[in-house]
Amino acid sequence: MSDLRNPLQRARGLGSAKDGVQHWWRQRVTAAALLVLGIWFVLLVLSLLHGGYAAAHAALAHPLNAALMIAFLIALFWHMQLGVQVVIEDYVHTRWVELTLQILVRFFAVLAALLAIIAVLRIALGG
Amino acid sequence: MDQRTRPLSPHLQIYRWQVQMVTSILHRATGIALAIGTLLLLGGLLSLAAGRDVFDGYCAFLSDPLLQLLLVGWTWAFAYHLCNGVRHLLQDAGLGFAKPVLVRNGWIVVALSLLVTLAVWAYLLGVGGAA
Repeated sequence: MSDLRNPLQRARGLGSAKDGVQHWWRQRVTAAALLVLGIWFVLLVLSLLHGGYAAAHAALAHPLNAALMIAFLIALFWHMQLGVQVVIEDYVHTRWVELTLQILVRFFAVLAALLAIIAVLRIALGG
Repeated sequence: MDQRTRPLSPHLQIYRWQVQMVTSILHRATGIALAIGTLLLLGGLLSLAAGRDVFDGYCAFLSDPLLQLLLVGWTWAFAYHLCNGVRHLLQDAGLGFAKPVLVRNGWIVVALSLLVTLAVWAYLLGVGGAA
Protein backbone atom coordinates (compact mmCIF):
# COMPACT_ATOMS: atom_id res chain seq x y z
CA MET A 1 0.00 0.00 0.00
CA SER A 2 2.03 2.89 -1.25
CA ASP A 3 -0.95 5.16 -1.69
CA LEU A 4 -3.64 5.43 0.93
CA ARG A 5 -5.82 7.69 -1.18
CA ASN A 6 -9.10 6.31 -2.48
CA PRO A 7 -8.82 5.77 -6.27
CA LEU A 8 -11.98 7.80 -6.72
CA GLN A 9 -10.33 10.73 -4.95
CA ARG A 10 -7.51 10.69 -7.49
CA ALA A 11 -9.79 10.34 -10.49
CA ARG A 12 -12.51 12.76 -9.51
CA GLY A 13 -12.67 15.77 -11.79
CA LEU A 14 -9.65 14.73 -13.83
CA GLY A 15 -10.41 12.24 -16.59
CA SER A 16 -8.27 11.53 -19.64
CA ALA A 17 -7.36 15.17 -20.23
CA LYS A 18 -5.56 15.31 -16.84
CA ASP A 19 -7.29 18.52 -15.88
CA GLY A 20 -10.90 17.40 -15.95
CA VAL A 21 -13.42 19.84 -17.37
CA GLN A 22 -11.59 22.97 -16.28
CA HIS A 23 -10.21 23.77 -19.76
CA TRP A 24 -13.58 23.11 -21.37
CA TRP A 25 -15.39 25.44 -18.97
CA ARG A 26 -12.83 28.24 -19.30
CA GLN A 27 -13.07 28.04 -23.07
CA ARG A 28 -16.85 28.35 -22.93
CA VAL A 29 -16.96 31.15 -20.37
CA THR A 30 -14.36 33.22 -22.29
CA ALA A 31 -16.37 32.49 -25.46
CA ALA A 32 -19.53 33.84 -23.84
CA ALA A 33 -17.66 36.97 -22.73
CA LEU A 34 -16.18 37.44 -26.20
CA LEU A 35 -19.60 37.09 -27.84
CA VAL A 36 -20.69 40.30 -26.10
CA LEU A 37 -17.33 42.10 -25.99
CA GLY A 38 -16.43 41.12 -29.57
CA ILE A 39 -19.60 42.65 -30.98
CA TRP A 40 -18.97 45.76 -28.84
CA PHE A 41 -15.40 45.96 -30.17
CA VAL A 42 -16.44 45.73 -33.83
CA LEU A 43 -19.13 48.40 -33.37
CA LEU A 44 -16.60 50.66 -31.60
CA VAL A 45 -14.03 50.29 -34.38
CA LEU A 46 -16.69 50.92 -37.04
CA SER A 47 -17.85 54.07 -35.27
CA LEU A 48 -14.27 55.38 -34.97
CA LEU A 49 -12.87 54.42 -38.33
CA HIS A 50 -13.04 57.80 -39.97
CA GLY A 51 -12.49 59.96 -36.92
CA GLY A 52 -8.75 59.48 -36.92
CA TYR A 53 -6.43 59.71 -33.93
CA ALA A 54 -8.47 62.25 -31.93
CA ALA A 55 -11.70 60.23 -32.00
CA ALA A 56 -9.99 56.92 -31.19
CA HIS A 57 -7.97 58.43 -28.35
CA ALA A 58 -10.99 60.21 -26.86
CA ALA A 59 -13.10 57.05 -27.05
CA LEU A 60 -10.55 54.91 -25.22
CA ALA A 61 -9.97 57.64 -22.66
CA HIS A 62 -13.58 57.16 -21.55
CA PRO A 63 -13.57 54.90 -18.44
CA LEU A 64 -16.35 52.64 -19.71
CA ASN A 65 -14.64 51.98 -23.04
CA ALA A 66 -11.26 51.51 -21.35
CA ALA A 67 -12.74 48.97 -18.91
CA LEU A 68 -14.57 47.09 -21.67
CA MET A 69 -11.42 47.08 -23.82
CA ILE A 70 -9.33 45.62 -20.99
CA ALA A 71 -12.00 42.99 -20.32
CA PHE A 72 -12.05 42.24 -24.06
CA LEU A 73 -8.25 41.87 -24.14
CA ILE A 74 -8.14 39.49 -21.16
CA ALA A 75 -10.95 37.31 -22.55
CA LEU A 76 -9.45 37.43 -26.06
CA PHE A 77 -5.89 36.38 -25.22
CA TRP A 78 -7.08 33.80 -22.72
CA HIS A 79 -9.50 32.27 -25.26
CA MET A 80 -6.77 32.39 -27.90
CA GLN A 81 -4.35 30.46 -25.71
CA LEU A 82 -6.98 27.84 -24.81
CA GLY A 83 -7.92 27.32 -28.45
CA VAL A 84 -4.37 27.15 -29.83
CA GLN A 85 -3.48 24.76 -26.99
CA VAL A 86 -6.02 22.21 -28.27
CA VAL A 87 -4.79 22.55 -31.86
CA ILE A 88 -1.19 21.95 -30.75
CA GLU A 89 -2.26 18.98 -28.59
CA ASP A 90 -4.04 17.46 -31.61
CA TYR A 91 -1.40 17.92 -34.28
CA VAL A 92 2.04 18.11 -32.64
CA HIS A 93 3.08 14.65 -31.52
CA THR A 94 6.74 15.19 -30.65
CA ARG A 95 6.62 15.83 -26.94
CA TRP A 96 9.40 18.41 -26.60
CA VAL A 97 8.19 20.38 -29.63
CA GLU A 98 4.67 20.36 -28.25
CA LEU A 99 5.79 21.49 -24.81
CA THR A 100 7.94 24.27 -26.27
CA LEU A 101 5.08 25.51 -28.44
CA GLN A 102 2.60 25.40 -25.54
CA ILE A 103 4.92 27.48 -23.37
CA LEU A 104 5.67 29.95 -26.19
CA VAL A 105 1.95 30.45 -26.87
CA ARG A 106 1.36 31.14 -23.17
CA PHE A 107 4.27 33.59 -23.04
CA PHE A 108 2.93 35.36 -26.13
CA ALA A 109 -0.63 35.51 -24.76
CA VAL A 110 0.43 36.97 -21.42
CA LEU A 111 2.95 39.40 -22.89
CA ALA A 112 0.59 40.61 -25.62
CA ALA A 113 -2.25 41.06 -23.12
CA LEU A 114 0.01 43.01 -20.74
CA LEU A 115 1.31 45.24 -23.54
CA ALA A 116 -2.19 45.95 -24.85
CA ILE A 117 -3.59 46.62 -21.36
CA ILE A 118 -0.75 49.00 -20.50
CA ALA A 119 -1.39 50.83 -23.79
CA VAL A 120 -5.09 51.20 -22.88
CA LEU A 121 -4.22 52.38 -19.37
CA ARG A 122 -1.78 54.94 -20.76
CA ILE A 123 -4.51 56.32 -23.01
CA ALA A 124 -7.20 56.18 -20.30
CA LEU A 125 -5.05 57.71 -17.56
CA GLY A 126 -3.71 60.44 -19.84
CA GLY A 127 -0.06 59.39 -20.09
CA MET B 1 -8.64 -11.48 -37.31
CA ASP B 2 -7.33 -11.49 -40.87
CA GLN B 3 -5.54 -8.19 -41.45
CA ARG B 4 -6.55 -8.05 -45.12
CA THR B 5 -10.28 -8.08 -44.44
CA ARG B 6 -10.24 -5.38 -41.83
CA PRO B 7 -11.84 -2.10 -42.90
CA LEU B 8 -9.53 0.80 -43.63
CA SER B 9 -10.04 4.05 -41.78
CA PRO B 10 -11.68 6.67 -44.02
CA HIS B 11 -9.24 8.32 -46.37
CA LEU B 12 -9.63 12.07 -46.63
CA GLN B 13 -9.36 11.96 -50.43
CA ILE B 14 -12.48 9.83 -50.85
CA TYR B 15 -14.46 11.45 -48.07
CA ARG B 16 -17.65 13.11 -49.27
CA TRP B 17 -17.52 16.74 -48.19
CA GLN B 18 -20.31 17.66 -45.85
CA VAL B 19 -21.21 20.99 -44.31
CA GLN B 20 -20.71 19.61 -40.79
CA MET B 21 -17.06 18.73 -41.39
CA VAL B 22 -16.35 21.94 -43.28
CA THR B 23 -17.80 24.12 -40.51
CA SER B 24 -15.75 22.21 -37.94
CA ILE B 25 -12.49 22.60 -39.88
CA LEU B 26 -13.23 26.27 -40.59
CA HIS B 27 -13.76 26.94 -36.90
CA ARG B 28 -10.20 25.86 -36.23
CA ALA B 29 -8.78 27.62 -39.28
CA THR B 30 -10.51 30.91 -38.47
CA GLY B 31 -9.42 30.55 -34.84
CA ILE B 32 -5.78 30.32 -35.93
CA ALA B 33 -6.23 33.26 -38.31
CA LEU B 34 -7.76 35.35 -35.52
CA ALA B 35 -4.93 34.41 -33.16
CA ILE B 36 -2.50 35.88 -35.72
CA GLY B 37 -4.86 38.85 -36.16
CA THR B 38 -4.42 39.79 -32.49
CA LEU B 39 -1.09 41.28 -33.63
CA LEU B 40 -3.05 43.91 -35.58
CA LEU B 41 -5.09 44.80 -32.49
CA LEU B 42 -1.91 44.99 -30.44
CA GLY B 43 -0.35 47.28 -33.06
CA GLY B 44 -3.43 49.51 -33.06
CA LEU B 45 -3.49 49.98 -29.28
CA LEU B 46 0.28 50.47 -28.96
CA SER B 47 0.37 53.03 -31.77
CA LEU B 48 -2.65 54.85 -30.33
CA ALA B 49 -0.82 55.09 -27.00
CA ALA B 50 2.40 56.19 -28.72
CA GLY B 51 0.88 59.34 -30.19
CA ARG B 52 -0.66 60.91 -33.28
CA ASP B 53 2.27 60.44 -35.66
CA VAL B 54 2.72 56.76 -34.91
CA PHE B 55 -1.02 56.13 -35.10
CA ASP B 56 -1.31 57.92 -38.45
CA GLY B 57 1.56 55.78 -39.71
CA TYR B 58 -0.23 52.65 -38.54
CA CYS B 59 -3.44 53.73 -40.31
CA ALA B 60 -1.45 54.29 -43.50
CA PHE B 61 0.00 50.81 -43.13
CA LEU B 62 -3.52 49.36 -42.78
CA SER B 63 -4.78 51.20 -45.86
CA ASP B 64 -2.34 49.28 -48.06
CA PRO B 65 -4.45 47.33 -50.61
CA LEU B 66 -2.96 44.00 -49.55
CA LEU B 67 -3.73 44.73 -45.89
CA GLN B 68 -7.26 45.79 -46.84
CA LEU B 69 -7.76 42.47 -48.60
CA LEU B 70 -6.43 40.62 -45.56
CA LEU B 71 -8.74 42.69 -43.34
CA VAL B 72 -11.73 41.53 -45.40
CA GLY B 73 -10.54 37.98 -44.70
CA TRP B 74 -10.13 38.73 -40.99
CA THR B 75 -13.61 40.28 -40.89
CA TRP B 76 -15.05 37.08 -42.30
CA ALA B 77 -12.93 34.93 -39.95
CA PHE B 78 -14.24 36.95 -37.01
CA ALA B 79 -17.87 36.78 -38.18
CA TYR B 80 -17.60 33.08 -38.88
CA HIS B 81 -15.89 32.16 -35.60
CA LEU B 82 -18.48 34.21 -33.71
CA CYS B 83 -21.53 32.70 -35.48
CA ASN B 84 -20.19 29.15 -35.36
CA GLY B 85 -19.13 29.72 -31.75
CA VAL B 86 -22.74 30.47 -30.85
CA ARG B 87 -23.71 27.27 -32.64
CA HIS B 88 -21.13 25.36 -30.59
CA LEU B 89 -22.45 26.86 -27.34
CA LEU B 90 -25.98 25.82 -28.29
CA GLN B 91 -24.72 22.33 -29.11
CA ASP B 92 -22.96 22.20 -25.74
CA ALA B 93 -26.38 22.88 -24.24
CA GLY B 94 -27.65 19.82 -26.12
CA LEU B 95 -29.52 21.69 -28.85
CA GLY B 96 -29.54 21.18 -32.61
CA PHE B 97 -28.31 17.60 -32.92
CA ALA B 98 -31.10 16.21 -35.13
CA LYS B 99 -29.44 15.55 -38.49
CA PRO B 100 -31.54 17.95 -40.61
CA VAL B 101 -31.15 20.69 -37.99
CA LEU B 102 -27.40 20.11 -37.79
CA VAL B 103 -27.03 20.48 -41.56
CA ARG B 104 -29.38 23.48 -41.72
CA ASN B 105 -27.57 25.31 -38.90
CA GLY B 106 -24.24 24.71 -40.63
CA TRP B 107 -25.46 26.46 -43.75
CA ILE B 108 -27.06 29.25 -41.70
CA VAL B 109 -23.68 29.93 -40.03
CA VAL B 110 -21.87 30.04 -43.38
CA ALA B 111 -24.47 32.35 -44.94
CA LEU B 112 -24.68 34.60 -41.88
CA SER B 113 -20.90 35.04 -41.67
CA LEU B 114 -20.78 36.09 -45.33
CA LEU B 115 -23.70 38.50 -44.83
CA VAL B 116 -22.04 40.12 -41.81
CA THR B 117 -18.78 40.53 -43.73
CA LEU B 118 -20.67 42.07 -46.63
CA ALA B 119 -22.60 44.43 -44.32
CA VAL B 120 -19.46 45.58 -42.46
CA TRP B 121 -17.53 46.36 -45.65
CA ALA B 122 -20.55 47.93 -47.38
CA TYR B 123 -20.80 50.23 -44.36
CA LEU B 124 -17.06 50.96 -44.38
CA LEU B 125 -16.97 51.81 -48.07
CA GLY B 126 -20.25 53.72 -47.80
CA VAL B 127 -18.99 55.94 -44.97
CA GLY B 128 -16.20 57.32 -47.11
CA GLY B 129 -13.78 54.96 -48.71
CA ALA B 130 -11.63 52.33 -47.09
CA ALA B 131 -9.66 53.67 -44.15
